[in-house]
Amino acid sequence: MIAFIARRLASGIVLAFVVVTGMFFFLKLTGSDPARGALGLYATEDQVETRRLQLGLDRPVLEQYWDWLSHALRGDLGMSSAQNTPVIDLLVTRLPVTVSLAVGAILVAALLGSLLGVLAAINPGRFDRALQVTMVLGFALPNFWVAIILALVFAVKLRWLPATGYIHLTDDPLGWLRTITLPIIALSIGSIAAIAQQLRNSVITVYSQDYVRTLRSRGLSSRSILLTHVLRNASPPALTMLSLQFIAAMSGAAIIERVFALQGIGSVAINASGNSDIQVIMGVLLFTVLLVVLVNLIVDVLYSALNPKVRAA
Amino acid sequence: MTDAMIIDDAPVASLRRLRRFVRNPLGMGALAVLLFITVAAVLAPILAPYDPGLIVLSETLLPPSPEHLLGTDASGRDVLSRILWGGRVSLQAGAIMITTAVLVGVPTGLLAGYFSKWFDGLASWVSNLLMSLPEILIIIVVISSLGSGLAPTMITLGVLASPDLFRLTRSVVITVRGELYIDAARVSGLGNARIIFRHVLSVIVGPLLVRASFVFGLAIIVQSGLEFLGFGDPTRPSWGGMLSEAFNTFFRAPELVFAPGIAIGLTVMSLVILGAAIADALGSERATKVRAGKRSVLSGTAPVIVEADKPAESATPASALLRVENLRITYPVQDGGDKAVVDGVSLYVGKGEILGLVGESGSGKSQTSFGILGLLPPEASVSASLLTLGGESLLGRTEAEMQQLRGVRMAYVPQEPMSNLDPSFTVASQLVKPMRYKLGISKADAVERAHALLSRVGIVDTKRTMAAYPHQLSGGMAQRVLIAGAVSCDPELLIADEPTTALDVTVQADVLELLRELQRERNMAMILVTHNFGVVADICDRVAVMQNGLIVEQRPVAELFADPQHPYTKMLLDSTLEGAPARGQRVPVQSPGQPIGKDAS
Repeated sequence: MIAFIARRLASGIVLAFVVVTGMFFFLKLTGSDPARGALGLYATEDQVETRRLQLGLDRPVLEQYWDWLSHALRGDLGMSSAQNTPVIDLLVTRLPVTVSLAVGAILVAALLGSLLGVLAAINPGRFDRALQVTMVLGFALPNFWVAIILALVFAVKLRWLPATGYIHLTDDPLGWLRTITLPIIALSIGSIAAIAQQLRNSVITVYSQDYVRTLRSRGLSSRSILLTHVLRNASPPALTMLSLQFIAAMSGAAIIERVFALQGIGSVAINASGNSDIQVIMGVLLFTVLLVVLVNLIVDVLYSALNPKVRAA
Repeated sequence: MTDAMIIDDAPVASLRRLRRFVRNPLGMGALAVLLFITVAAVLAPILAPYDPGLIVLSETLLPPSPEHLLGTDASGRDVLSRILWGGRVSLQAGAIMITTAVLVGVPTGLLAGYFSKWFDGLASWVSNLLMSLPEILIIIVVISSLGSGLAPTMITLGVLASPDLFRLTRSVVITVRGELYIDAARVSGLGNARIIFRHVLSVIVGPLLVRASFVFGLAIIVQSGLEFLGFGDPTRPSWGGMLSEAFNTFFRAPELVFAPGIAIGLTVMSLVILGAAIADALGSERATKVRAGKRSVLSGTAPVIVEADKPAESATPASALLRVENLRITYPVQDGGDKAVVDGVSLYVGKGEILGLVGESGSGKSQTSFGILGLLPPEASVSASLLTLGGESLLGRTEAEMQQLRGVRMAYVPQEPMSNLDPSFTVASQLVKPMRYKLGISKADAVERAHALLSRVGIVDTKRTMAAYPHQLSGGMAQRVLIAGAVSCDPELLIADEPTTALDVTVQADVLELLRELQRERNMAMILVTHNFGVVADICDRVAVMQNGLIVEQRPVAELFADPQHPYTKMLLDSTLEGAPARGQRVPVQSPGQPIGKDAS
């Protein structure tokens, strides 16, 4: 088991390394100009050149890369070229917002998606068809549009929840819940549908397996067969779907943040992109990829706990 | 998906699929909506009543009117015209993304599936990598380098979506590669590339269309999301950009968010429904099975056995442990009728007796067994004039009542040991749980009993076997575990469905011997389903011969071997005596009622 986790972790780190390295060279070699980005369109060529020297952009790309990587490994992500603040400070203040959104949405999706998926599998007919329709809607309506409509109904018209702003969990837990509820609903609808659909299909597939009939021939109750044997065998594909949905939720969060004026990582990345602020872009990328690696690792561990063959392999 | 598109590619089949698609109203509706949207977007320069960029500052935020059917936006531009023009951006975005995804995903999938060496490893690794990238961040990186033009973003998104098509193509190729006709094609001298083109591409077109419609929908959603974030050309009207602008005037005119949102939702929904309709038309077997409607699982899985109209004839002795008279099992067929797989079977088993149930594949032996156990799928209809176990009638019993009887009164040994053990649980838990539940004994007692049972069925290292998962067992071991499980709660009747067919020849005799010993020790009644007269002669007391859902002859073994009456019995016996297995032989059918192959034997 430990060897398995170590192997998955190593492959995750390789993945993060490849992505970050690839993106670094992509940014450097396609002509992003952080100096021009920081100073704006109206700065003179001399000013930009001075800035370029300050930022060390005149050095060979490989040297710059090594510089960035060796500092990053020590936890130093450098300075934002546009704002003159340490990148790490930006991330530490902004990341919790995005992570609460994505993690919250994925937890809600896991819970509700599993429940609905199982119910649809064992209740063919109207309930199942209703879920199919919801699935299509959940996919077809852009989540930021759903977010706008939610804000319109629950914040503007009904005034139940705030339309904008974010309160930190540590400052006021109830306030945090109120600010995060609508964004999480908007972000989770698509994932709920995707997970429910996946689990529905795999529960139905598992029910047709020979061993379910044999378990029934032993006289076990339908409920106990469903809750232990069927669910356990049906959950691995749903888990894979969950990790894919988490990646989608990280992307979705960046857009949803704009609707609710949340100061998350999305707006940081968008500003950095406008200013060609390579240090900040790299920092955001590194953190996001590491987060994805972490979530994939958790899913792998759960997966192997459920599936004895994976553990042995 | 992968097993859905096995290979019948005759033109007839594609015609049938086309007809199935055309008959699907939802799919045709979606297609019509998409055609409408496409035409509207293409003809936008002609159809749009105004220039979409025409700013009229005196006419901002007008409500819908005959002049402006959808009103005007915050700059006084006509919303309808902008919706029409905006469709062009969405459709272009989708076209660029899907083209890229297909161009990247399909060829790599073909190569990876066909030459499954280092290239497959590398491509699969890259595909996993692409799938773990949050798309918006990558797009932000690309935009900061290459600008926010439609082509670079959508090409990047196409690359990010390509793993989906890569995996699809690869799995289809691997399936097809395993098919014999590829070998045949190779033997007849076609080169590798030709083989790929001729066979594999024709197989994946359908599934590819299904995926493509989803990817197209995804493209529209992500592209509008980027526009909403401000990564777009503000001079070019687009649905996402309109949403972004509407959001800026959200408090003054919230209704402006509806038109672009509905345009996006409607287009993507049509694409998804179109994809589903194509998938349906391709006739994924699972899809039809899943949609069959009658598949309630928690409330009464198996059909209740109904009392037949025909009265019982008392053709079976009243003292028998199990009496079955006129058992009929039917399944609904496509054209609306019913087909009988078991058509009036009567049989009985006395206490401590072994009845051999013999017949070729598809004769209804397994269906009869499952009918008695109450383990038929919900779509089956079952009736009988008489069905008693130990004098109690099983007719009309609910699933919960049948469940009480299973395990303790009657038990079942399956044919294929490996697929009949739950792969995710240890042998111990699969043995112990039913005993605790059915016998109400403590866990320690159940564990002790399980050890005793395993050692009784001939497993030496019971401790190791108890801790093992099914995939760690050999077929013979697994079957011994299943037999131990079947007898663990002391049933009076054991139904063994071809218990040795799937086993290695060397262990077949041992397992059969084990069953006979257990039957004698416990004085169980047993129905042994088999197609092998050698087995019958070895251990059965009486034998019932089944053909096409009917029992054609039922007599004590010695009598039957000495003087077979029915021509079918004679034929089966002859083929056995010649040393050939009885499988696959055919004699003319003597009675109506063709089985439909539900028999698992």
